[in-house]
Amino acid sequence: MTPRSSDIDATASKHLRGRYAIVGVGETAYTRGSGTTTRVLGTTAVRRAAADAGLALADIDGMLSYNGNDSVPSTAIAGDLGMRLNFYMDCHGGGSSTEALVGIAIGVIEAGLCKTVAIFRAMNGYSQLRIGGTGRGSGRSALSGDALFGRAFGQASAAQSFAPSFMRHMYEYGTTPEQVAHVKAIHSEHASNNPKAYYRQRVTVADVLASRMICKPLHLLDCCVETDNGNCIIVTSLERAKDCRHTPAVVLGVVGRCSKPRMDNYHQSGPISTVAGAYAKDILWPNAGVGPEDIQATGAYDAFTFTTLLQLEDYGFCKKGEGGDYVSSGIMRLGGARPNNTSGGHLCEGYTHGIAMVIENVRQLRHDVDDSCPIGADGKRRHTCDYAEGGCRQVKDVSLTANLGWATPGIGSALVLARGD
Amino acid sequence: MALTGEYLGMAVAIDDVDEANQAFYTHCGSGTLHLQACRACDLMRYPTTTACPWCSAPEHEWRPVSGKGTIYSYCEVHHAIQPVFRPFLPYQILLVQLDEQVGKPGEHDGLRVTGNLVTAAGELAPPPLVRAVGIGTRVRVVLKDIGGGMALPQWTVDEAAEQPATPWRYPQE
Repeated sequence: MTPRSSDIDATASKHLRGRYAIVGVGETAYTRGSGTTTRVLGTTAVRRAAADAGLALADIDGMLSYNGNDSVPSTAIAGDLGMRLNFYMDCHGGGSSTEALVGIAIGVIEAGLCKTVAIFRAMNGYSQLRIGGTGRGSGRSALSGDALFGRAFGQASAAQSFAPSFMRHMYEYGTTPEQVAHVKAIHSEHASNNPKAYYRQRVTVADVLASRMICKPLHLLDCCVETDNGNCIIVTSLERAKDCRHTPAVVLGVVGRCSKPRMDNYHQSGPISTVAGAYAKDILWPNAGVGPEDIQATGAYDAFTFTTLLQLEDYGFCKKGEGGDYVSSGIMRLGGARPNNTSGGHLCEGYTHGIAMVIENVRQLRHDVDDSCPIGADGKRRHTCDYAEGGCRQVKDVSLTANLGWATPGIGSALVLARGD
Repeated sequence: MALTGEYLGMAVAIDDVDEANQAFYTHCGSGTLHLQACRACDLMRYPTTTACPWCSAPEHEWRPVSGKGTIYSYCEVHHAIQPVFRPFLPYQILLVQLDEQVGKPGEHDGLRVTGNLVTAAGELAPPPLVRAVGIGTRVRVVLKDIGGGMALPQWTVDEAAEQPATPWRYPQE
């Protein structure tokens, strides 16, 4: 029989806990019309992440990327930047790839294949290929195979595919549209303090509920923003991290692309209101050596307001069914006990399949998040922790974060990072 | 070679090497919804797979099902991303739990089939019908001819069934 949560043997190599770190982060501007290629976005992000880490490009000898046939391969990026790689791999995938690739990077460094890995994602997610298969560059082919069970019914986008899980959660637990709308309202507050966010305007719960319906139960403002963007993070051993510019974000634990049974179809294995986090948590928390109660800031993937709620619930930040109460309680707000997506996330900052949420937590753990607070003589911001509009978004004294990446209701990855003092 | 048809102006082409999907849609074309049933563990599955998702055995047979079920969940599309669906907004995507195999193999498992809410004639449902159904509504299959000897399984309200007094609907309406 298919294994159930309780059958999972979470005995990954815990001896790697705390031995690797994210040392560099870099990105391009969030736009809707980059005016350039994913190749330029990718090379820019990698170059900036190396500079941020204080590494020469020649110090980076590994590369990982992910795409949905909408990006550029590592070979092009490395060639453009004159990097000779000892290892690279380009994977197919979207959300939840980042956390999984951090785990793979640790594995290949540990196995001796290379020493330092750049993980990048570049996409013209607005101006070229759009999620759901529309936009420039999308082909229109005859319905065949799996498409017959989706596109034939007008079920092509992520919203249309995931929404039955969201609706069932409302039915089973009484989750309300108002509760869920808090996710967007709170993330918009965070984005208003993020100068690089695409949408910096604060919105209210009422604004979300008044926005036009896209795919019930999802209003326009329950859905994330499509953008063009390139992002990069750099992973290396803790020993090498000590020679880098910033306080490292140390990897305590990873779970990658953990799935529910029947990941070919989101709705066969029940309950459908339960997502992959219900399985992934049994690997993540033992690997990390901490639990949800220890985490001070989360990056719960917000392709939709609901994806944040469902993941927080299934990773154990609240009881099953109480996600609506959790997201509307104020705990996720800056100044609350456990802020979520302090950048504004996919709902407001921009969309690059989860990697930007990891970047945000790395900056949070450095205590050097890029808000509008004044910069001191040492080049570091003097954070006020006044979270009023246009102000600070640094979580005070944060030392432990979790990223919860979402691919589908049935597939997820997660990453626990600690401040490397 | 392929079996070819058309639905709402969208071309359908199921290659001859894709035997399972050809069988699924030609069974529908012959007038009865069939699902693959495992010869080893006897469980049915949806959508088509190359082996049994519950026991991994490769051999299957095609088994007719009643074509009756209950709306288990749904979503209602108000913004179409496929242009051919724009004339039918809002349209409903249903997750129909068939009467067969409820609670098997796990307590929360079942045969949950995707389709649209349609009229008895197989046309995408007009707004009054869309507003009348929700989780709990009893439905029956409507096999919509798409040519090539194939049909697409869609769903309409089962007039002969006992219906819940108030099916569960999204609360902000």
